[in-house]
Amino acid sequence: MTDLLTQITIFVLAILVGFEVISKVPATLHTPLMSGANSIHGIVLVGGMIIAAGADNPLSYTLAFVAMVFGAANVVGGYVVTDRMLQMFKKKPAAPKPAAQA
Amino acid sequence: MDIDTLVRLAQLAGAACFVLGLHLMNSPATARNGNLLSAGGMVVAVGATLLDLITRPGGVSVVGWVVIVVGFAIGGGLGLYTARTVKMTAMPQLVSLFNAVGGGAAALVAIDDFVRIASGGQTASVSTTIFTVLDVVIGSVTFTGSLIASGKLQGLIGGKPIIFPGSRLLTIVLAVVAVVATVVLILAANGNLAIDGTASVLVLALIIASACVFGVTMVLPIGGADMPVVISLLNAFTGTAVAMAGFVLVNPVLIISGALVGASGGILTKLMADAMNRSILNIMVGGFGGGEGTIGSAGGGATQVRSISADDAAIQMAYASSVIIVPGYGLAVAQAQHACRELGELLESKGVDVKYAIHPVAGRMPGHMNVLLAEANVPYPLLKEMDDINPEFDRCDVALVVGANDVTNPAARRPGSPVSGMPILNVDHAKSIVVIKRSMGRGYAGIDNELYGNPKTGMLFADAKDGLGQLVAAVKAL
Repeated sequence: MTDLLTQITIFVLAILVGFEVISKVPATLHTPLMSGANSIHGIVLVGGMIIAAGADNPLSYTLAFVAMVFGAANVVGGYVVTDRMLQMFKKKPAAPKPAAQA
Repeated sequence: MDIDTLVRLAQLAGAACFVLGLHLMNSPATARNGNLLSAGGMVVAVGATLLDLITRPGGVSVVGWVVIVVGFAIGGGLGLYTARTVKMTAMPQLVSLFNAVGGGAAALVAIDDFVRIASGGQTASVSTTIFTVLDVVIGSVTFTGSLIASGKLQGLIGGKPIIFPGSRLLTIVLAVVAVVATVVLILAANGNLAIDGTASVLVLALIIASACVFGVTMVLPIGGADMPVVISLLNAFTGTAVAMAGFVLVNPVLIISGALVGASGGILTKLMADAMNRSILNIMVGGFGGGEGTIGSAGGGATQVRSISADDAAIQMAYASSVIIVPGYGLAVAQAQHACRELGELLESKGVDVKYAIHPVAGRMPGHMNVLLAEANVPYPLLKEMDDINPEFDRCDVALVVGANDVTNPAARRPGSPVSGMPILNVDHAKSIVVIKRSMGRGYAGIDNELYGNPKTGMLFADAKDGLGQLVAAVKAL
């Protein structure tokens, strides 16, 4: 029971940390933020690895395999696409820009 | 220090990197490093798990390793390929797709755990059963729901709300089935009910099936314009499902990461819903109207609108001292971000002060418009958020509205309209207004936009891309 309580404590505190960290993100970055958060839940890949390691029958192997494919696509794709988005956010345009500053 | 402690510490470090990474996303200048830090944390957490598997007593079977390595290679390869080739306009559907597989993986983890315990002739504890069911339900709903959302965004499924007869009833039946099945499993776990392993797996299968169908029926009736809210919500769901998987596997890093994502998705969902002046419940129930903004015939009211030619609009803007461009959903649909940037730069070269006013729900996912314009090389300091830009409309000569509708409707300031109370851009405060729009069709709120009847407003009837192209040509010709 204490184990469960510890886990629930971690869960609740992590939610509060999440609220705190994310509520300050400007709207400009909402899409990369969502995409970045999306890659973080790819940590479920670890879960896929754990069930693959414990598998001992065809059904378990199949479930673990699909979980691995899904999780890996989520992690790798998520981080790469977020990085692609973020590298576009530039202070200065690539094209030359004459005068006219506010 | 034994291996187990090391593994746990490394996973904690990974989780800390996720938090710090998200924190760095507070500013465009540090965001990229934040994402890299988060990715580094992921590598550490996965590496630690790998170490744990290698050193675990009894080891991992050969098939187990094949499953891990081949599964990772295939999934990672697919993810890498799509992430590198996707167009920025297609970003929302890809994020939605990644979200779907994440939710699916979380559900599979719990399903495997449950099946293993049941086939071993044991019964899971009550708490494990609850977390398993929560994980499976949320994960399955997210899986099918995100696939449908992705299909809608991709245009494979109509963007308009799809409501079929009896859909409400079906939803209720699904919910009842899932709840009853859950109660059966909990009673069995508690020892009040004697069912064998096979039967309990079948009950779980029933829960999976109803959750999968529920995901479909939940997203189908939601209109394309509500997608920013839906995507955020599904993202929060996946986070929660992953946290539940963490409870099932007793793995703190899954719990922490899942909770972080759940919280972030939750906040974004609320922000998006607030920006559209609708409650999350209202959207999920498939409230009013919907779709791509062409409901009914041309604006029913007797509103007098003034049509303007591209040449006139070009002259107004080229000789203005400040222009604010208001891009909206229509610009994203027409993929007109490059044309928009071209016009902006052209005006700047003529000495006009150009800024972009971005409403929180502009585009097809939260913050999507910023990404589209960033891709088109618009520097981010020119992209202004609603609260920052609103006072500037008073000093602005021309406001150019491209494919935005409800978020500019002054009716929102008065009570008694469906958009009442919705935060809007003060476009009507500009000295002169040019609106590029295909027709007098209504926005998704289904009401006329009073802005169009304003004597200061000139309507340029065209598709966002065509209209901007005409303006560019006209400004060049001056």
